[in-house]
Amino acid sequence: MNQHPPLHLHVPEPTGRPGHDTDFSYLHLSRAGEVRRPPVDALPSDTSDLAYTLVRVLDDEGCAIGPWAPDITPDLLRFGLRAMMKTRIFDARMVIAQRQKKMSFYMQSLGEEAIGTAHALALSEGDMCFPTYRQQSLLMAREVPLVDLICQLFSNEHDPLKGRQLPVMYSVRKAGFFSISGNLATQFIQAVGWGMASAIKGDTKIASAWIGDGATAESDFHTALTFAHVYRAPVILNVVNNQWAISTFQTIAGGESTTFAARGVGCGIASLRVDGNDFLAVYAASQWAIERARSNLGPTLIEWLTYRAGPHSTSDDPSKYRPADDWSHFPLGDPLARLKQHLIGIGVWSEQEHQETHDALEAEVIAAQKEAERYGTLSDGRIPSASAMFEDVYKEMPAHLRRQRQELGV
Amino acid sequence: MNAPTRMMRADESATKHTKTPMTMIQALRSAMDVMLERDDNVVIFGEDVGYFGGVFRCTEGLQAKHGKSRVFDAPISEGGIVGVAVGMGAYGLRPVVEIQFADYSYPAFDQIASEAARLRYRSACDFTAPLTIRMPCGGGIYGGQTHSQSPEALFTHVCGLRTVMPSNPYDAKGLLIAAIECDDPVIFLEPKRLYNGPFDGHHDQPVVPWTKHPLGAVPEGYYTVPLESAAVFRPGKDLTVLAYGTMVFVAEAAARETGIDAEIIDLRSIWPLDLDTIVASVKKTGRCVVVHEATRTSGFGAELVALVQEHCFYHLEAPIERVTGWDTPYPHAQEWAYFAGPKRVGAALKRVMEA
Ligand SMILES: Cc1ncc(C[n+]2csc(CCOP(=O)(O)OP(=O)(O)O)c2C)c(N)n1
Ligand SMILES: [Mg+2]
Repeated sequence: MNQHPPLHLHVPEPTGRPGHDTDFSYLHLSRAGEVRRPPVDALPSDTSDLAYTLVRVLDDEGCAIGPWAPDITPDLLRFGLRAMMKTRIFDARMVIAQRQKKMSFYMQSLGEEAIGTAHALALSEGDMCFPTYRQQSLLMAREVPLVDLICQLFSNEHDPLKGRQLPVMYSVRKAGFFSISGNLATQFIQAVGWGMASAIKGDTKIASAWIGDGATAESDFHTALTFAHVYRAPVILNVVNNQWAISTFQTIAGGESTTFAARGVGCGIASLRVDGNDFLAVYAASQWAIERARSNLGPTLIEWLTYRAGPHSTSDDPSKYRPADDWSHFPLGDPLARLKQHLIGIGVWSEQEHQETHDALEAEVIAAQKEAERYGTLSDGRIPSASAMFEDVYKEMPAHLRRQRQELGV
Repeated sequence: MNAPTRMMRADESATKHTKTPMTMIQALRSAMDVMLERDDNVVIFGEDVGYFGGVFRCTEGLQAKHGKSRVFDAPISEGGIVGVAVGMGAYGLRPVVEIQFADYSYPAFDQIASEAARLRYRSACDFTAPLTIRMPCGGGIYGGQTHSQSPEALFTHVCGLRTVMPSNPYDAKGLLIAAIECDDPVIFLEPKRLYNGPFDGHHDQPVVPWTKHPLGAVPEGYYTVPLESAAVFRPGKDLTVLAYGTMVFVAEAAARETGIDAEIIDLRSIWPLDLDTIVASVKKTGRCVVVHEATRTSGFGAELVALVQEHCFYHLEAPIERVTGWDTPYPHAQEWAYFAGPKRVGAALKRVMEA
């Protein structure tokens, strides 16, 4: 006789939905300074505990404490704060420009600015990031000209990508920023290949792979872990866990009762779970992983805990699936406010400098937008030529494409 | 406006239910709602389809109504979504899964082409995979290269799959119900530019809502539009246009604007297809133009041209023409130079009439 009650399907749910607040205790946070910092040559298996705890440096008062507090100059800290502010101001302006139909679409990174900024500052020239569409802070930290970015967003006559890509899907090789694909996760395994190539050639460059919590469900993520481990590839495997993938909570990607960092340890990869809203923790953890990679000690997977404060994209309305004020309750706070508090606390920044910097950056973004608009916007029709559409499909244009271009009469 | 005359086939089981104006989104939702109600084995899942109801809102409200073990969110893994659907189908369920955009079907391709398509054959009917894989396709929304593709020919090339593409809310609901009831795996392509209204390629003109179109009147209950049956979307005597999805309306605009009395066949089921309707029409008109949004080379148009040539050669009075997307990735900014609009289709109609 069957003694078992009928099976039923488990479908994870977030703790908060519109109308009732999120219980963020699911995050299992550690206190700032609490988590140990192993030597960079630690065995992957010796990082198991770090995949379930949380590396944090900044405490609630903005003091940098514990073994992960990095050695970092006030100049670099100010540079980092400025790059984060620039990212946020740029995003806000571009969201408005999208509403004005100057571009078809936009994706902001509100709340996640510390991760790309501090990580980029820890990387070296020649290293290559394989980003998703939400790592514009990497570009800001590398001081990519804003006009170039806006021309891409506006799909105008000066768009470096010739109008072919959706806004935000940049490609900036000289800034160590790989071409963004609209197909999730594909870049993750490619980054491993880039790192392997550096090892094959005997270079010292490393790769930095980026993926969101949601996209870790794709096979390319898991394949990347296997290849990175097998060949001890010099690559940082960054998982940006911002809790949401469009309307889907991170438990549907497999975050329930475990962490994304734990995926790494299971594959024999050193793994860290880090406060992504803590600029200093991001910098310190990135440095640790970068040092490992560059010393031929292999890959590190880092789960960056953060929160997608804005809508997924300009096509999304998050109030339909999560509490509208969720971010204001997120226990890791606002990365920009936290770094600012720290800088003021150690006496290298002031409210006045902050305001002046804000105004100067806003003016810089507005000026760049004005200049980009001189070359057109998607809605005013000054877009790359139709004949450019047929170029670069192949290195040399085959006869059939020349015929088709002729048929179009361009 | 010019309402298309559409000849209902006798085998369409449209009930006498009251008809309600629906968008294609509402019609698809209604089909899934009806089938969740009628058949306990129907389950629906995909990225963002559960609580939120899908990025195009096709499954909105279905989880609240039918419960979380019938309608649920899936991890972002198209290969996983189709893979578990094959397993569920083998068990006896009828999974209806959504791939968020047809452009994201590629990670699922092995599960579709090697597994779902061949399970019946390789097990000699020991196991089958009666699943429906819905996916929005086509361009016209400034979606760039990864939200605009029309990959139907990749699926029609795989033996064992059925590939379907409705052009209007009435057909969308009837075909989706037929697809869900079908014991073969069905690729169900939804032209996203038609979700909210018929679109004839005049992108600079305001969108006409489905409420203003006779094919936006949809019975509330159960009915099917059988697979493998084409519709004569617009009867005519000058030439035959073979089209499906958005291109049905583009062809209609081209006929209106050129004054050519084209007979427009809406394939509805792309493969296997309704060859009789096609052959009868081409034998009558003696001329044929094939239109699709997808890229030209090895596109489904090539198959249609070959079939017409095989079956109607001695009735043809002019070479058959193809109007298609160019053989480039789908561009973002140059979308309207890429899209085969009524001007390009109209020019082909004229050439074929003058040949
Ligand atoms: C292969 C593939 N499947 C689905 C999508 C549609 N899509 C775009 S972004 C997204 C959510 C990704 O969430 P996550 O990885 O957490 O990144 P986040 O947006 O939070 O930064 C989805 C489902 C896609 N772009 N590619
Ligand atoms: Mg996410």
